[in-house]
Amino acid sequence: MNNVAKYSFKKRVNALFSDGYIASLVVLAITILVIMGIVKPRFVTVNNFFSMANQFPEYGIMSFGLMLTMMSGGIDLSVVSVANLAAICSAKVLLEIVPHDADISGALGGILVIMLIAMAIGALCGVLNGFLVSKIGIPPMLGTLGSSQLFTGICIAITQGKMVNGLPMAYSDFMTFRVFGVLPVVLIIFILCVLVLSFLLTWTTFGSKLRMLGSNSKAAMFSGLKVDRVLIATHMLASIFASIAGLVMLSNYNSAKADYGTSYSLLCILIVVLGGVRPSGGFGKVSGVVLAIVILQMVSSSLNMFPTISAFYRPLVWGAVLLVVMILDYYSDQRKNKISAKGAVKSER
Amino acid sequence: MPISARVFLIDTRVAQQYCHGKGVFMESCLKVVDVYKSFGAVKALNGINLEIRKGEIHCLAGENGCGKSTLIKIISGIYQLDSGHIELAGKQYTQIAPIESIMNGVQVIYQDLSIFPNLPVFENIAFNSELAKKKKLVNRKELRSIAQAAVEKIDFKVDMDALMGDLSVADKQLVAISRALINDAKLIIMDEPTTALTKREVSSLFKTIRDLQQRGISILFVSHKLNEVFEISDRFTILRNGENAYSGTTGELDENKFAYYMTGREFAYETFAPLKLSEKPVLEVSKLSLNNVFQDINFSLYKGEILGITGLLGSGRTELALSLFGAVKEIDGDIRVNGKKVKLRKIRHAIQNGIGYVPEDRLSEGLFLQQSIGENIIISKIDQLTNKVKILNKKLRKAEIEKWVKNLAIATPNPSNAVTTLSGGNQQRVVLAKWLSRNLDVLILNGPTVGVDIASKYDIHQILKKLAAEQMGLIVISDDIPEILRLCNRILIMKDGRLTGEFQQGDVTEKEISDLLLAGI
Repeated sequence: MNNVAKYSFKKRVNALFSDGYIASLVVLAITILVIMGIVKPRFVTVNNFFSMANQFPEYGIMSFGLMLTMMSGGIDLSVVSVANLAAICSAKVLLEIVPHDADISGALGGILVIMLIAMAIGALCGVLNGFLVSKIGIPPMLGTLGSSQLFTGICIAITQGKMVNGLPMAYSDFMTFRVFGVLPVVLIIFILCVLVLSFLLTWTTFGSKLRMLGSNSKAAMFSGLKVDRVLIATHMLASIFASIAGLVMLSNYNSAKADYGTSYSLLCILIVVLGGVRPSGGFGKVSGVVLAIVILQMVSSSLNMFPTISAFYRPLVWGAVLLVVMILDYYSDQRKNKISAKGAVKSER
Repeated sequence: MPISARVFLIDTRVAQQYCHGKGVFMESCLKVVDVYKSFGAVKALNGINLEIRKGEIHCLAGENGCGKSTLIKIISGIYQLDSGHIELAGKQYTQIAPIESIMNGVQVIYQDLSIFPNLPVFENIAFNSELAKKKKLVNRKELRSIAQAAVEKIDFKVDMDALMGDLSVADKQLVAISRALINDAKLIIMDEPTTALTKREVSSLFKTIRDLQQRGISILFVSHKLNEVFEISDRFTILRNGENAYSGTTGELDENKFAYYMTGREFAYETFAPLKLSEKPVLEVSKLSLNNVFQDINFSLYKGEILGITGLLGSGRTELALSLFGAVKEIDGDIRVNGKKVKLRKIRHAIQNGIGYVPEDRLSEGLFLQQSIGENIIISKIDQLTNKVKILNKKLRKAEIEKWVKNLAIATPNPSNAVTTLSGGNQQRVVLAKWLSRNLDVLILNGPTVGVDIASKYDIHQILKKLAAEQMGLIVISDDIPEILRLCNRILIMKDGRLTGEFQQGDVTEKEISDLLLAGI
């Protein structure tokens, strides 16, 4: 594996900049950083970076799930409700198995157990989504919207609509614990998710199959791919990522509730599209999505630094950014098509 | 047939012969003189000349990318020419707007027919004329009468209220022609009108075209199908790489010359003779039936042979192919591969049993267009290109891709380019490569050269013959009878869901097969 990493690192860096879109995201991120550094020097402080690093993993990890489903040519609108369901169930278990006054080392076993439980719940939800989309053939947008209602309904039934709180402090202490005094555990979880995702997409047959399926499911069937199985695996992974995001939310709010994070659906779509994942399927890079997450976190934190801009404007800003990105994407796509069409004419000559 | 009509028929034939002989067609309807057009650095047209005479059927032929479409768009005013000029009705234009072109009686019927599938027939026909009058309110009665008058001109009977989307392709075409006639057309340009038509529909379209000719309307017929061109046209223009390759009367051309002018290459057409057939059949089909689609299909395929199955659209030929590829579940009967009885209920089963399928519609069923050429080639084999712990082996993958790009001479500077950058012939090679990499025993090809240019068609035929020589068993399904006759050593005729005839190559002529296919219709 070490060899592999060496062999690909230089190439990766080169690829990052040979891809014009990724390069422009990097430029955008640096621009925001520089402008904010000049306007609000408070923005470029270690403290601010730590507070950002605590915030973006929850919707960042959620976006990875959405990214996978969008690459398959579909979408997953149930990520937020899966996250809530996983958070609520693990919170209930946590209350049972970890004493309220336990310290981190004493609670570690319990925390690992609830992580596994959350991911198992995510996997189950994802299999249901995948089943609806592949075997039954419901369009992903409708299927996952329906299952999203179902999962939220289960959350409400379990909690009677109330907040699950009074969790042992050990849990959020663990998640915010800084390993070596630098890296918070949530950030490590995020980085692990990035590594797993890139590995899946670049080094496994699953990644190839997902991209091919996303660009033409009929041709995938005619090439002998197990289309249903790939789709179910995709949705399962998506919901597992969502459930991990739920665990992060549980620590950030130190509580769980059926309607937490409802605005994240749109935010995740925004991130994934900004990250260069093609909404019609078949294409997407982890590097792009990670950059998009960082950029949006910076925009969000910047907005926080201007007290005159009310939090009420935030959805308006996200909506506008999403539309602008999609319009730009449309035009750059058209330009690319024109160039490749000309290339085709030339090669025929 | 009433006597008067017959007299008319004889009369017009005499008139036509007379025209050919004495050149009454000499008055020209459209002249394109020394036209140049480039897009950026790409020179699309390089000094093109074209003359269409009044009342003639003129064929414009050429390979993909030769400039046919550009030329049409210049005539119809969509593109502006860089230099040279167009003469319409005696007037010279160096710049022509679409509306001027229409006013001069030029009507273009594009391949996609530019129809509104959600609107009824009469609105489709009369819509443009209403638009031209800049009316804001719709008068359905008037629309209907305009439309009625238009369809009567070509004796076309159609339900005016039927939705356009529900009509057959042939009827849609007639609607488009009727629409063209409303505007007093003098020249109708048809861009590959026969692509989606069955043989019978083609002959009825040709009848309509000849009717139009009787009225003194000139037709510019764009096609690269040789047999059609010979049947319908009086004169000919062939373009190659944006230049004139040939202009003249149809009578002077034959198949070899046509192919030469189209491609600039000479081809040695040889019929296929199998080197060696296996003793036992690789595929045996007995009593295969699919409800209401095909019944009681029996045949065997030997290694080393190319078996042709020909039949009209709707004869069950495609469904038969799909059944052998495991894409249809509800079949009855026996399929044996290498003597062993197999159940093909899923595509994967067919592939595991060594059967591959090159689909009819390459773009929607065979290829992942936006993905790279390499990914397309290896997708069926991808599970074998991994190491022990199921991690992709990128070296193996690269070697595999390079091997097939080289073996099939796929013309690309870089296999990580998207498949869309390839021409039709090269795309078809990518589909072939996908299956060849699996080392199959049987390959079923459905219309392997539809939409492929002459040179690539020849090359694909050579590839298939080579595969047969390497002891693969091939089934070629095609309604291109000359192709079947040249490529296959054995030919099965499929009609109305049954195999109705079997011939060895050389025992049957093109005419006999087409008579068999059309008998009783």
